[in-house]
Amino acid sequence: MLKPLIIAGREIRSRLFLGTGKFSSSAVMARALEASGAEIVTVALRRVEFDNPQDDIIAHIDQKKYLLLPNTSGARDAEEAVRIARLARAASGWNWLKLEVTPEPNYLLPDPVETLKAAEILIKEGFIVLPYINADPVLAKRLQEAGCAAVMPLGSPIGSGRGIKTADQIRIIIAQATVPVVVDAGLGLPSHICQAFELGADAVLLNTAVAAAQDPVQMARSFKLAVESSLAGLEAGPMSEGEAASASSPLTGFLR
Amino acid sequence: MSPFQDIINSQNPARIRTNIRNATTGQVKALLETVSSGAVPRSEDISILVSPAAGELLEPMARLAKAVTLRRFGRTIQMYAPLYISNYCSNSCVYCGFNIHNKVNRRTSGPGEILSEARLIKNQHLSQLLLVSGECPAEAGLDLLEATSRDLKGMFPSLSIEVYPMDTPDYARLYQAGIDGLAIYQETYDQDLYSIVHPAGPKRDYQYRLGAPERGAAAGFRQIGLGSLLGLNDWRVESHYLMHHAAYLMKHHWKSQVSVSFPRLRPAAGGYSPEFPVSDQELVQMICAFRLMLPDAGLVLSTREPAELRDNLIGLGITKMSAGSKTAPGGYLDEQGQPAEGQFNVCDDRPVDEVARSIRSKGYDTVWKDWDQGFEKQP
Repeated sequence: MLKPLIIAGREIRSRLFLGTGKFSSSAVMARALEASGAEIVTVALRRVEFDNPQDDIIAHIDQKKYLLLPNTSGARDAEEAVRIARLARAASGWNWLKLEVTPEPNYLLPDPVETLKAAEILIKEGFIVLPYINADPVLAKRLQEAGCAAVMPLGSPIGSGRGIKTADQIRIIIAQATVPVVVDAGLGLPSHICQAFELGADAVLLNTAVAAAQDPVQMARSFKLAVESSLAGLEAGPMSEGEAASASSPLTGFLR
Repeated sequence: MSPFQDIINSQNPARIRTNIRNATTGQVKALLETVSSGAVPRSEDISILVSPAAGELLEPMARLAKAVTLRRFGRTIQMYAPLYISNYCSNSCVYCGFNIHNKVNRRTSGPGEILSEARLIKNQHLSQLLLVSGECPAEAGLDLLEATSRDLKGMFPSLSIEVYPMDTPDYARLYQAGIDGLAIYQETYDQDLYSIVHPAGPKRDYQYRLGAPERGAAAGFRQIGLGSLLGLNDWRVESHYLMHHAAYLMKHHWKSQVSVSFPRLRPAAGGYSPEFPVSDQELVQMICAFRLMLPDAGLVLSTREPAELRDNLIGLGITKMSAGSKTAPGGYLDEQGQPAEGQFNVCDDRPVDEVARSIRSKGYDTVWKDWDQGFEKQP
């Protein structure tokens, strides 16, 4: 049996985390959430209308059912990320945070220096911090030392759907991790999910792959199945990968 | 002088025209393949995508532009509205309703009027506001803009300006006051033509205007909007320069998001008729070309364009639209008497909720808020 996924002392039912951006409507988003079976759901705080209790995105996420993981996307430096987190907590009491510091607006790659700086501040303030990072094993270690509850290395740039291009680095991160590793960004196909779990990831986070699909709800369901399939395969104990074909009747059998 | 001026000077206009004219459909197809494989094209490839040859392959271009937009922006359209503060202007741009020589009603809104208009806009759910003014610092200068943004920043999570060009310290003051975006269009990158269409006034200074976007980025603005006024010059050639300008800013001011607008000249006081009118087909080609060249840039379409065309461009590269716009100071107040002159005649005059409904009926969601000034460093 796989060990349960525990983040910050909380057991997480689903190893599929889902983002809420880019959907054609909040209603479609809500149906996709349902179909994905996700428990952890990220929301871009920059899109949330804090002064509006009927905010469209938040109103469509049943917080009894889902654990809201608000993100700081759009923050250009640690200071902005920290401000976003504080404002969100003051307005809504959210304590979990997907830390994103992406000063470059095109590839949206995370700034390692500012991410670490922000994580150190926010953890001291009691936030449960899950940082979005490039697949940099040393940075992952530094963030674990700072007290992050998980690390979220990217497979390829956000929204690119290119799959896991950073496999070798992610493998090192996983091998050295003392906290759960969530592969985030760049996952476009169900097969990418399988690859992430086969690398040893604890969970995956998706958004565009679902939201930009022709049928987001159906795609969410297909990702759910990919997660189930990957995990069932791992539990079943996969055969080990060999260099070449191995004969069922060993050639050296006569030596016995 | 902006270092980008050196890039402009290093371009050979004759060669640009030849490259555009001589591009082949084979080159276009190869470039579309490159883009669809996920590779990033080179800036000079814009010539291929705005060529007459590419015009023959508009349908595959549009399909790819739609896919690229969907991947990066999802099924969403950002919404904004302009608020004109003043139509006083010391320039004599031949194409503009605010031209100093036009005998039109002039007005600068006072703080109370601006607030009233802002509330009317906010009541329609719009949260991204663009403050616009003619170039007349005595009427609508830095102090007024600064005070206005301080007044409005609590109401609007995002405030941008489209006003006369400034130095970095002045932009920095506005950034501190709550402005997070700057739109400043070069109008035309052709320096000779620029002198002809801007015969007098401070706007004659081509270089000063050219350097404004990077001065704004240096001051901290998160969003930098570029554009050529379509109709002044051959749009294909303009696209080449505009693309290089965007690429230059992205490389050198990498923390600011560049967006590109496609303002086609509209009828305005003064009766200027465009030398190089841009057809719908050509406008769509230009939008698709920029989407393929700049997969991550915001592409903006205003109410200068008719409702039907705007509806059809949802998802096809365009990611941001204005709605319910009035282009004169006081325009939202719906007062009795002589209204002030607008900068141009709005073409899509549908109310905001109707535009939003139309966007949703296309299977897209409206994004009203995308940032919050509360997130910024406070002075």
